[in-house]
Amino acid sequence: ASCMQHRLVVRDASSLQILQLYSCLDHIQYIEWSSDSLFILCAMYKRGIVQVWSLEQPDWHCKIDEGSAGLVASSWSPDGRHILNTTEFHLRITVWSLCTKSVSYIKYPKACQQGVAFTKDGRYMAVVERRDCKDFISIFVCNNWQLLRHFDTETQDLFGIEWAPNGCVLAAWDTCLEYKVLLYSLDGRLLSSYRAYEWPLGVKSIAWSPSSQFLAIGSFDEKVRILNHVTWKKITELEHPATISSKKTIVYKEVEKSPTVDSERLSFPPTRALASSLFSTQSKYDISQVPVSLQYIKPVADRANPKVGVGMLAFSADNCFLATKNDNIPNAVWIWDVRRLKLSVVLEQLCTIQHFQWDPCQPRLAVCTGSSRVYLWSPAGCIVVQVPGEGDFQIMSLSWNSRGDSMLLLSKDHFCVCYLEREEV
Amino acid sequence: DSKNILPYTSERKRSPTSMNSQVLRLSLPSAKSMHSFFSAFCTEENIEQSISYIDRELTTLGFPSIYAESKGKELNLIAIINCMNELLTLQHKNLRAQEEVEMQHLKLGSDMDHLQNCYAKLKEQLELSKREIVGLQERDRQLQSKNRNLHQLLKNEKDEVQKLQNIISSRATQYNHDMKRKEREYNKLKERLHQLVMNKKDKKLAMEVLNYVGRADGKRGAWRTDKTEARNEEEMYKILLSDYEQRQKQLLLENAELKKVLQQMKKDIISLLPPQKQKPKERSEDGLVLSDQEEDVGELNKENMWELSCETVREQLTNSIRKQWRMLKNHVEKLDNQVSRAHSEALNEKDVISREDHELETEKLELEIQQCKEMIKTQQQLLQQQLTCDDDTTLLLQDCYLLEERERLQEEWRLFREQKKNFEKERKSFTEAAIRLGLERKAFEEDRGAWLKHQFLSMTADSKSENVTTPSAFLRSNLQLMSLLGSDPDIRLLKSASRQRKLSSVLSPTVSPEPCQISQYFTQKSVASEKLAGDKMPNLWVESDDKEETE
Repeated sequence: ASCMQHRLVVRDASSLQILQLYSCLDHIQYIEWSSDSLFILCAMYKRGIVQVWSLEQPDWHCKIDEGSAGLVASSWSPDGRHILNTTEFHLRITVWSLCTKSVSYIKYPKACQQGVAFTKDGRYMAVVERRDCKDFISIFVCNNWQLLRHFDTETQDLFGIEWAPNGCVLAAWDTCLEYKVLLYSLDGRLLSSYRAYEWPLGVKSIAWSPSSQFLAIGSFDEKVRILNHVTWKKITELEHPATISSKKTIVYKEVEKSPTVDSERLSFPPTRALASSLFSTQSKYDISQVPVSLQYIKPVADRANPKVGVGMLAFSADNCFLATKNDNIPNAVWIWDVRRLKLSVVLEQLCTIQHFQWDPCQPRLAVCTGSSRVYLWSPAGCIVVQVPGEGDFQIMSLSWNSRGDSMLLLSKDHFCVCYLEREEV
Repeated sequence: DSKNILPYTSERKRSPTSMNSQVLRLSLPSAKSMHSFFSAFCTEENIEQSISYIDRELTTLGFPSIYAESKGKELNLIAIINCMNELLTLQHKNLRAQEEVEMQHLKLGSDMDHLQNCYAKLKEQLELSKREIVGLQERDRQLQSKNRNLHQLLKNEKDEVQKLQNIISSRATQYNHDMKRKEREYNKLKERLHQLVMNKKDKKLAMEVLNYVGRADGKRGAWRTDKTEARNEEEMYKILLSDYEQRQKQLLLENAELKKVLQQMKKDIISLLPPQKQKPKERSEDGLVLSDQEEDVGELNKENMWELSCETVREQLTNSIRKQWRMLKNHVEKLDNQVSRAHSEALNEKDVISREDHELETEKLELEIQQCKEMIKTQQQLLQQQLTCDDDTTLLLQDCYLLEERERLQEEWRLFREQKKNFEKERKSFTEAAIRLGLERKAFEEDRGAWLKHQFLSMTADSKSENVTTPSAFLRSNLQLMSLLGSDPDIRLLKSASRQRKLSSVLSPTVSPEPCQISQYFTQKSVASEKLAGDKMPNLWVESDDKEETE
């Protein structure tokens, strides 16, 4: 599904054939599929309206109006039948039910980066609240939206929460001014609290491993600390130095390939295809010899939220690899082997990394850097895939299909789907 | 005249006591002056007086009187000649004594010079080292003061850091306080807004739905009751419990695996250690420990079957493993030492191969034997098989197999023999090398002795040409003497001969020094060339004798 101004276009994923067209009342700012892929919600923040469309019955419609409360965020609940709207100024979260038309309110939600978290199985929802300058976490049962637990946290300013994939542990971390990671069990008990250091800027990103065995914490001091689930103590620190000297690390460097032109095929005026191939730079991967020194950027010291530290963390689906990005070295993706807890591969790109995501089925990483190429890495090697077509297609973000055989590449106002062929066995 | 002469002669007599070389010159006046001196003492007029004077002097010196009888003017010529001879010999003796004294004096002088030089040098060195010490002390002092400065700086920096941290913490608390204040204000605003929003409720339905949608799981919605709350709690705890159980199962499995591995390791270690039967004395403790361990093993095996994992069992297992590991380590270290010792021994005696090689060889041979035995077994089996088969085919097959086997065996035997031969060759080469080494060493020693002898001899040959390389002050001073004496051939020759004698006496102990015989040469005119081995001087002496005679 994609939206264009006030129109919602639904296409088939394998053929990109338009299946449905819907019109909304205003410019759509946000769309989301329900978990069973039967409904799509379209949120229009300016008007405070959420419209829901059904795929099965194109005539069915639903409109939720928040009125003067305003709308800041909207999302589905995991059962696909409730919509959570966050009103302006985070005054409250309204839970609208599509089944019973009933409304529930959650008061005092906190306006933080990840204030609402659902468990993987969709049973429980954790919400961060703030009352009287203190942070609280409420755990709700998604079935009937009953409050299960409500407890306070010892944080200065809770920044985000995330459930472990096994649904039994909730990680909560404090604002970046204070390095503190708290781990709560499902019933609200504090299992452990972890603090690496006191004064410098703290946690920047957090990721659970798919088996819930490890919690990777990326911080502003350019290190990733991994905690284990048995003792909740640090088992290792992964550093991101600017110079890589270990002999066991493979460094792939993207280099520009000068385009080859067949002199016979030159014609005047040059055809479009030729022109694009002449002027678009091709690139390929080269293996650099260790020791390699990467481009290190020291950011301006007096700005808030500096581009320092480990900003992106992702575990691969099979729990074997961890991909990280150090914002000080914005052109490189670091891939760590989780079994050995050592750096195995570094991908050095020509431009700043915008986004990367692991394939949900295999240990395959897709990286985009804002150029018109998407980069794929797997333990077998890495390739550069050029998006064909004329003009610049600057890929800003990408998203894998849940089946792992195709990928959505998004630029500012275009998108394209990249299909990956399955190897014939 | 005699008065004039007397002081002069007494002065002359006193001369040997002084150390001045100029006096020496005076004691041996030149030929010319001697003549004038003689004429000055005795003239035509005072013959009687001079004779009587001489007689008196001689008698005072202990010589017999030169007069024929106690009174009378007749001179006893024989007595005179004897006296003269005595005087001459005395003179000679005195001269020699003088020479000796001079030499001694020169030696002492050179020693003194040498010592003075040494002293001067040592004083210089002492000076230098004192200055160095002072310099080093100065540097040390500077470094210490620098060190102190750096320490001070470090302390200052640390203090500053502490101060900054305090500042940061105080600022942080201040910010927090301010943040809280602002947040409270904000909350108040939000509350107000909320109230307004809730009050200003739109009358129209906030939600418009065409029709209700069924729940995802098809069930109906339930009312909120206490029972549901209890059920929620129950479910939550069930989930938690199941998670914990799963984890515990995993941990149990891991534990069991690890315990198995440890047991295996223990068994392996025990098997690796050498058997304890031979040396009960040395290994009495180890033996005891081992027996304990074996008991433990039995116990542990039993216990592990029941999968107990209590503290004591775990401790026992780890302790026993640690002990075994330590013993194994000691054992390996001992083996290493033995091997290194064996290596060093092997280097000395090359006819004995090192223990390692020996062991390797024996291992190889054992392996080969094993293989051969196996082959024989298989052959026997095949033979038995063949017996049950058809006759013709069995015969054929037998032949084939036998041929094959035989060929293979022959190959193997050939290889084995070759290896043995190589082995023997190597051993022989090692012994030969050792023998050669011994011989070479002996030859080298002989060469060295010969070379040294040659060196000595060459040095004695060189001395005659006055390019003396041996730096003895004694020789140099003699050279000086030679120049001082002038051109008296006899004396020069005498000098050189004596020098030669002395030199040879110094350098070649085989030649017997007889310096006193020189005068006899002159008097007896004998050629003593045989006495000096390889000496060129005898010829000259002969010549000089001839020269003397002619003169």
